[in-house]
Amino acid sequence: MRSEACTSWVDRFQRQPFVFLTGDLGFRALEPLQDAMGERFINAGVAEQNMLSVAAGLASRGLEAWVYSIAPFCYARPFEQIRNDVCLHGLPVKLVGNGGGYAYGVMGASHHAIEDYGVLLTLQHMRIFIPAFASDVEPQIARMGDCPHPAYLRLGRCERPEGFTPPAYAPWRKLLDGSDAVVVAVGPIAGSLVEILSPRPADARPALWVLSELPLDAHPVPAPLRSQLRHSPRVLVVEEHVAQGSAGSMLARQLLHDGVDIRHFDHVCAQGYPSGDYGSQGFHRKESGLDPESLTKRIDLLRGPE
Amino acid sequence: MSTSRAPTTRYIPVDADLARRARLRLLRMHYEAGVGHIGGNLSALDALLVLHHTILADDDVFVLSKGHAAGALYVALWSRGDFADRDLETFHAEATRLAGHPVANAFPQIPVATGSLGHGFPMASGIALAKRLQAEPGRVFVLTSDGEWQEGSTWEALIFAHHQALAGLTILIDANGLQGFGSTREVASMEGLGERIAAFGVAVREVDGHDHAAMAAALDSPPSGLQVLILRTVKGKGVSFMENQMQWHYLPLDDELYARAVQEVDAS
Repeated sequence: MRSEACTSWVDRFQRQPFVFLTGDLGFRALEPLQDAMGERFINAGVAEQNMLSVAAGLASRGLEAWVYSIAPFCYARPFEQIRNDVCLHGLPVKLVGNGGGYAYGVMGASHHAIEDYGVLLTLQHMRIFIPAFASDVEPQIARMGDCPHPAYLRLGRCERPEGFTPPAYAPWRKLLDGSDAVVVAVGPIAGSLVEILSPRPADARPALWVLSELPLDAHPVPAPLRSQLRHSPRVLVVEEHVAQGSAGSMLARQLLHDGVDIRHFDHVCAQGYPSGDYGSQGFHRKESGLDPESLTKRIDLLRGPE
Repeated sequence: MSTSRAPTTRYIPVDADLARRARLRLLRMHYEAGVGHIGGNLSALDALLVLHHTILADDDVFVLSKGHAAGALYVALWSRGDFADRDLETFHAEATRLAGHPVANAFPQIPVATGSLGHGFPMASGIALAKRLQAEPGRVFVLTSDGEWQEGSTWEALIFAHHQALAGLTILIDANGLQGFGSTREVASMEGLGERIAAFGVAVREVDGHDHAAMAAALDSPPSGLQVLILRTVKGKGVSFMENQMQWHYLPLDDELYARAVQEVDAS
């Protein structure tokens, strides 16, 4: 998704000049942006705390400031700077974390981002953008660029199955029709779920929805989904994020608050590092039950006893 | 809420009488609120008076990075008429905007909320960079503590500001030599701070942080580049039993000590 992001930023810069700060990352990805932006593309070096505060200072003077790094270097290392300098001041700094979830695979846990949006959503005014498909990146960057709040974009690797065309971008989208249950996906793993579910007939599979923006207070469950859940109150939420602070926990809270009588609520999410071994994104997904085989079993359980 | 007025530029020299009145007001404000941090406020007060009376123009920006000197900043703003007495009476009170550390988005004269050390210098760098990118006039001043230079983010900011050649950015260091639980020498061998900063290629000068004329002269240099001004100060300056005493980082004044402090400052 970095390529799509770079193209989107280059296009945006032609219309709306901004400042882009990178924490010394972007090799073989952001060079076109660097070329397009000149002095407004700033390599802030390996100093993420400073980078975030500088971005806050820029935003305080009315400049649109984007900050880019590998995801945990963007939200975890400079957390206090995001909290105090960005969020407490209500500044619309745009954070971009590359490699959401386990995307950096065997590079190791230091490079993983399995608690990013949960952590960030504890902060004042924060908005989260999680593209499911590469085609979501452009509209999300446009929305994020115009967003008056601090915001975080979680980039990953697109898993759109060949031949599948996602519907036009929206924070909530139905990807597949279905009956008797609902699967809600967050992030690129939506592509894997399309692959699992699309061969099944619509009357023999759950509906598949994808959620791409948080918090839910800003993007409540849409009426069609709410209606479906009232008739088919069985839900499975799938996301590459730990349970604490997850979209699943937020969805459960909202449904409870709204009095939606859910009979079966299941949640497949990141489990951390249960074996202590490390590997690819696929390896870690499998350890968390986020691989296609495990997800297929959980989906079958979702339908419940006949 | 607050009766504060818009920032005013006066360009008047700070004399002994102004400094004395400001000290008395600072002591009274802390005494009435029953709060501490007095020592570090008294060490910073003279620099804040010089900045706000003699140096800062409408286009300039000041960032208080040592947020625990908020009281001295509020009094400096009071001393030039931006804050009224009834504003200062809300210091540390319920529903106040004059909290123990500056809060965000409350006053145009206080553009950055601080309190956790190591944030003001990098934010000031962002402001200076924004001025350059937008071709805006004005300088940026930031006041740090000396203990604050144990924060890695402060050194990150120094590297960045120097590399970016941020003209018109001045970093003042309130070098009173005492921090939260010891002296800067005992805690982190912080002597020679000026030489260490100069080793990064940054212009460093030292001045008596209680000599108003000397500070005004040092600060009024044209914005030719990044500069660091080390203010040699005394924690608790002006109150003999507070001077160079670490405990006055924390202690509030009781009735007896307040009376003694007022008597001393009044007689100065």
